[in-house]
Amino acid sequence: MLWVDKYRPKTLDKVLVHQDIAENLKKLVTEQDCPHLLFYGPSGSGKKTLIMAVLRQMFGASADKVKVENKNWKIDAGTRTIDVELTTLSSTHHVEMNPSNAGFQDRYVVQEIIKEMAKNRPIDTKGKKGFKVLVLNEVDKLSREAQHSLRRTMEKYSASCRLILCCNSSSKVTEAVRSRCLNMRINAPTEEEIVKVLEFIGKKEGLQLPPGFASRIAQQSNRSLRRAILSFETCRVQQYPFTNNQAIPPMDWEEYVSEIASSILKEQSPKRLFEVRGKLYELLVNCIPPDIILKRLLYELLKKLDSELKHEISHWAAYYEHRLRLGQKAIFHLEAFVAKFMSIYKGFLIETFG
Amino acid sequence: MAPLLQSSQPWVEKYRPKQVKDVAHQDEVVRVVTNTLETTNCPHMLFYGPPGTGKTTTALAIAHQLFRPELYKSRVLELNASDDRGINVVRTKIKNFAAAAVGSGRQGGYPCPPYKIIILDEADSMTEDAQNALRRTMETYSKVTRFFFICNYISRIIEPLASRCAKFRFKPLTDEVMSSRISYICREEGLNLDSKALSTLSSISQGDLRQAITYLQGAARLFGSSISSKDLIRVSGVIPGEDVQALFSACKSGNFDLAEKEVGSIIAEGYPVSQMLSQLYDMVVEADDVSDEQKAIICKKFAEADKCLVDGAGEYLQLLGVASNTMRALCNMPQEFSFGN
Ligand SMILES: Nc1ncnc2c1ncn2[C@@H]1O[C@H](COP(=O)(O)OP(=O)(O)OP(=O)(O)O)[C@@H](O)[C@H]1O
Ligand SMILES: Nc1ncnc2c1ncn2[C@@H]1O[C@H](COP(=O)(O)OP(=O)(O)OP(=O)(O)O)[C@@H](O)[C@H]1O
Ligand SMILES: [Mg+2]
Ligand SMILES: [Mg+2]
Repeated sequence: MLWVDKYRPKTLDKVLVHQDIAENLKKLVTEQDCPHLLFYGPSGSGKKTLIMAVLRQMFGASADKVKVENKNWKIDAGTRTIDVELTTLSSTHHVEMNPSNAGFQDRYVVQEIIKEMAKNRPIDTKGKKGFKVLVLNEVDKLSREAQHSLRRTMEKYSASCRLILCCNSSSKVTEAVRSRCLNMRINAPTEEEIVKVLEFIGKKEGLQLPPGFASRIAQQSNRSLRRAILSFETCRVQQYPFTNNQAIPPMDWEEYVSEIASSILKEQSPKRLFEVRGKLYELLVNCIPPDIILKRLLYELLKKLDSELKHEISHWAAYYEHRLRLGQKAIFHLEAFVAKFMSIYKGFLIETFG
Repeated sequence: MAPLLQSSQPWVEKYRPKQVKDVAHQDEVVRVVTNTLETTNCPHMLFYGPPGTGKTTTALAIAHQLFRPELYKSRVLELNASDDRGINVVRTKIKNFAAAAVGSGRQGGYPCPPYKIIILDEADSMTEDAQNALRRTMETYSKVTRFFFICNYISRIIEPLASRCAKFRFKPLTDEVMSSRISYICREEGLNLDSKALSTLSSISQGDLRQAITYLQGAARLFGSSISSKDLIRVSGVIPGEDVQALFSACKSGNFDLAEKEVGSIIAEGYPVSQMLSQLYDMVVEADDVSDEQKAIICKKFAEADKCLVDGAGEYLQLLGVASNTMRALCNMPQEFSFGN
């Protein structure tokens, strides 16, 4: 088992970061009338961990006994039936899923599952929770229709089905849905907090950490706890005992983006653009999301640019990222950004150096 | 099915008014509707307005006051965005429901008028085709059915439907109304809110009573029965003033890297950028040392970024774009870029 999973705290008492939030959650779920919850925060900040611990707090150890199912829904849409298939993770008390995976049919999944759950409400209400919990991941990726169809359902069935929604950016969750939840912001852990977790894992694994080693990993993690734990484990695999100046390996794809950045800073030409296209393709083929590529590329470029250009380039990065969301072929927009950069940078070089 | 436990309902549901007269702040609506209930002469209705202002509540209350509980099911059809409301459903389900004949006559204190009610909640998410299909249905069965449309955005309802209805705008609740409803809930739940906390709660929920009640319940569970203004801010997701100020100052400094760092930390803290924009907006508009022209340039970009966010653009890049533009405006850097074209 990877360390990220092995050392994921199981209960609210055991968390190493977000202790205050965990304490709050405990109070929140003691009563029967807990409102719907919306967890949001950057990737790798610990949302999932808290949600699993909350379920555990509500339902005890039985929340851990989950089975993975490939569920099929047949939805009657008047003239035709729509087949929707989705993987769910469920215990006797909760169901977890990722409805945005159903693509433009996400609406049907959301509609059906909640009604289904409301019908199978647990009967026992003495001491036990009189409701089931539905965990929906990546709600920021849900279509507008699906979010709309959550609205009234969240009210209508609130006595028998409680929702826990999880997402990265709550700006993308409609106001109407946010207004129906208690919003829990899960901030990215600070570098010190990350160091604490790494040292804890180091101790459990019986590792000797040279001074400053954990904090070097933390600095490179961009405040993502998951990322930090992953690179810690990679270091362990690459070389142990750790040495003082052991390099913390960057992610492969980041190396790659950094190469793209230096190559377009060096030469601005159609030929170079063509070469870069190949590299961008390769990143995409390896499932690196295009918006992440663009952000990283900007990050690398900003390190090298004059402040005047920084404004201009970040403007275009935002411009093309927006287009990328609206369009379908990510590669077009990534390439357009690179071309734009080349033309601006070339203009700048000519102006400055003649 | 086991009986629903009142106690297992979140407070928003527990304190949903059951009678039209208890709906707060929507006086015009309440007056007209109460009249209607007395004469049982009900027009088609269209309720519109922002979230949490009492639209669904009012529609359900009317229906419950018109028909006694045994009749309710056969007389009231509630369809919301979670039901399929494509053209077919409109044609068949609504038709079937509307077509069956009804009797009339007052029964046991309920007016029981001789028509059925079809509540189309969240009607703004119906397709235009489905809405068009409704026009005919409305006409055909106009004697025996009344439609209640509910939506946030009236512009998404096609004109021919809207023009067939009596329209009611639900206003965002004022601070006073909000406070009095909240105080009532506090009394019922045995909570203690000082006047500062009350006014904070009203201002952070911006006229959305549902949001206010949810915050209140959250705060009550987290911080016990004495709730301060600070507790409410903590549950509400409002960004602390210092953090907004920090970004604004970074923009004033003219140092791009500083602003980029602030943007990065706002994202890492998980603050929603839409929220940041609205708080930054307030700060800019109120700033004395920013000229009107600068304000115009800054706010224009806010609008663009807001649109991009709605389209699904990434939060970091949008906020960075806003910060960069704000900086250029505040520091009188050229608005035109020099190299791109
Ligand atoms: N409170 C915590 N205490 C100690 N370790 C934690 C805590 N929260 C998370 N972790 C560790 O960090 C890892 C990542 O956390 P988690 O999966 O909860 O992130 P997430 O917010 O759901 O990320 P994403 O948005 O990318 O899905 C976990 O596998 C766990 O090892
Ligand atoms: N005018 C009001 N008077 C009293 N309570 C209200 C009022 N408006 C909202 N509430 C409270 O907020 C909750 C939600 O209100 P309601 O469902 O009527 O909102 P809505 O206007 O339909 O919003 P949406 O557009 O999001 O569907 C109610 O359960 C009630 O507790
Ligand atoms: Mg996760
Ligand atoms: Mg409503």
